[in-house]
Amino acid sequence: MGAGRTVLVTGVSRDLGRTLARTLAADPGIDRVIGVDVIPPRGDLGDVAFVRADIRNPIIAKVIAKEDVDTVVHMSVIATPGSAGARGTMKELNVIGTMQLLAACQKAEGLRTLVVKSSTTAYGASSRDPAMFTEDMEPRRPARTGYAKDVVEVEQYVRGFARRRPDVTVTLLRCANVIGPRVVSPLASYFRLPMIPTVLGFDPRLQFLHETDLYRVLRHAVREDRGGTFNVAGDGLLMLSQALRRAGRPNAPVPGFAFGSLGSALKSVRRADLSPELVAFLTYGRGVDTTRMRSELGFEPQYSTSSAFAEFAASLPPAARRTERVLGSLAERLPAVDDDRPAQLTLAGGTDG
Amino acid sequence: MADAEIIPIGTRGQPGRGAGKRPSAAARDLAPKSGTPRKTPARKPGPAAGDAPDASGGVAPGEVAEETAAERPARTLKERPAAEPDAEQAAAARTEGRGLSPLAGIPAGDWLAAFQHASKELFGDQWEPQLARFLAFLRRRLTGEYAVDEYGFDAEVTERFFMAALRPVAQKWFRIEVRGIDNIPAEGGALVVSNHSGTVPVDGLMTMVSIHDHTGRFLRPLGADLVFRLPLVGSVARKGGATLACSEDAERMLRGGELVGVWPEGFKGIGKPFSERYKLQRFGRGGFVSAALRTGVPIVPLSVVGAEEIYPLVGNIPSLARLLGVPYIPITPLFPLLGPLGLVPLPSKWLLEFGEPIRTDEYDAGAAEDPMLVFNVTDQVRETIQQTLYSLLMQRESVFR
Repeated sequence: MGAGRTVLVTGVSRDLGRTLARTLAADPGIDRVIGVDVIPPRGDLGDVAFVRADIRNPIIAKVIAKEDVDTVVHMSVIATPGSAGARGTMKELNVIGTMQLLAACQKAEGLRTLVVKSSTTAYGASSRDPAMFTEDMEPRRPARTGYAKDVVEVEQYVRGFARRRPDVTVTLLRCANVIGPRVVSPLASYFRLPMIPTVLGFDPRLQFLHETDLYRVLRHAVREDRGGTFNVAGDGLLMLSQALRRAGRPNAPVPGFAFGSLGSALKSVRRADLSPELVAFLTYGRGVDTTRMRSELGFEPQYSTSSAFAEFAASLPPAARRTERVLGSLAERLPAVDDDRPAQLTLAGGTDG
Repeated sequence: MADAEIIPIGTRGQPGRGAGKRPSAAARDLAPKSGTPRKTPARKPGPAAGDAPDASGGVAPGEVAEETAAERPARTLKERPAAEPDAEQAAAARTEGRGLSPLAGIPAGDWLAAFQHASKELFGDQWEPQLARFLAFLRRRLTGEYAVDEYGFDAEVTERFFMAALRPVAQKWFRIEVRGIDNIPAEGGALVVSNHSGTVPVDGLMTMVSIHDHTGRFLRPLGADLVFRLPLVGSVARKGGATLACSEDAERMLRGGELVGVWPEGFKGIGKPFSERYKLQRFGRGGFVSAALRTGVPIVPLSVVGAEEIYPLVGNIPSLARLLGVPYIPITPLFPLLGPLGLVPLPSKWLLEFGEPIRTDEYDAGAAEDPMLVFNVTDQVRETIQQTLYSLLMQRESVFR
């Protein structure tokens, strides 16, 4: 491999794809980067050559053949219909687009590496989930609709492709929810709501991946030749209640049965998109095991879940934090204590009968 | 002085009997004869600060009820340190300033004194650092600056709140007696296997608090998926250290060196009728044994006596249970007959006996794949618990003693 590589990146019209394409173009080991999408990118593409093509039709095969592409980074699986229009269009983009792209890849003789950005949504979220999903686990409740189903289907096609072209290194990255000051995603817009609804009586475990780490891991996967499926997430977990406290956001618990209709109300005013899989995630949460990411992929994220969220939270409008200020001023009047672990209160009786 | 015009009810503002200008005859009789003449007996002094019931004898009937809510907490705060040396000082301050607005009546110094007394009562002499620690704790909870592990276990809140709330129940209500606590290893993974009973999984909670109090280790219970489907119950269970009873989680926890608790009888054990008390049900499919065999941790059998009697299950409403998607709707002699009062568990005397650990690290690597061996070990654990239950029942004097 080494020098003289040509990388094709799909889905460059969106920020994540565009920024990745630019980062790859800046990499000395990579000769050329071609960005593909149906609509032109919103921002500056830098050294990236943009080809306006729809991955849903066979033109993409010609692009791959003509440009002698050896690496394809598939970024075009979208979580929200948003810009694409209706759910039908989104499904077509995700599933049919991936099928066409993989068909084209199968024909391309010179192809060496395929990197697909998938999502931990593939594992679903339910009350029957194990605490931490490893890469070989299946979702406990197979997704029947929406993005989660798209992700599962895309992964099936990718595995099929890997079987048919064993000479191509296929890296499937299941990334946890990407978060960062500039990220636009259903979860990020959820956290940007002025009053955050939570599901009454549930406190999901959340895991985040910082956007910088997403670019880093994709670049890492392009550079190194490590095939396989990997969970990618920051270290540690945050409970939703804990995350909201850290961000100082006010929240309102909503009973589970009303949460879905609230989601559609928010969607109709274009504030947030609480899709069924996001609702399930915000109810039961999810954790993924990242041992293989370290041992086999050899990738180490810079941000932990909590530091990624802290950076995101810093970009939100500052919170009032009244109670905290009161407690803080009270604490200043008292002598400083070195260890702030309080001793057991003696109110509730002794420790032993 | 309060100069609000008080118009007594019932006289349409006309002076006369009970017009409020003078105390009524009944009130005059009540008042001590030599008592200091009150300056404005008729005018209610408003919600005067520190209007203690013993301040003066002749309290007009309406006055007691006139106390504002703002005054009440102030008094309860004050009454507590009454035995302290400077209580008189506080009392002196209290009688001044009658008729001012309720809050203005209490000087800031008094508030501070009351606060200091309350703190001293709560935290002892070392109250300042103690309070500072408590504040630090509160702030940490408010800002979310605490850590949870990958199962959602919040050690701090478990130790400070859940355990503190359960401890009096364990010690005072059930008077739990723990035996064989040395059988729990001081460190490293171990699997505590217990019988399950009592209609509501109180035995699990009591086992958790007993183990924590005697060894300092947290028991990590494995719960049915129903637990995690229920709102509130599921999130509290995760915060308390529970996770789903599945082989992946069990093995992950045991590999991580945790002390894991399982109740293999599940709903069959907890929801069995009272007539079948202390008869162990089927021990599932022996999944807990394979988990222990794969991770090579010891199995500690635990027999709990007493939990069967807390809610004697005499009936069930299967149709309603099916409708609600729960395993059973219990009927006990007190529930639902007495309503919420029926939810109070009977104060039976509990015995917890931890048995000799059963080692699993001596089996070879493929042992977990050998169903016969798994069944045998499962039976061994089950028999141990059943025999211990019988011997504990023999030793028990009565259900409540």
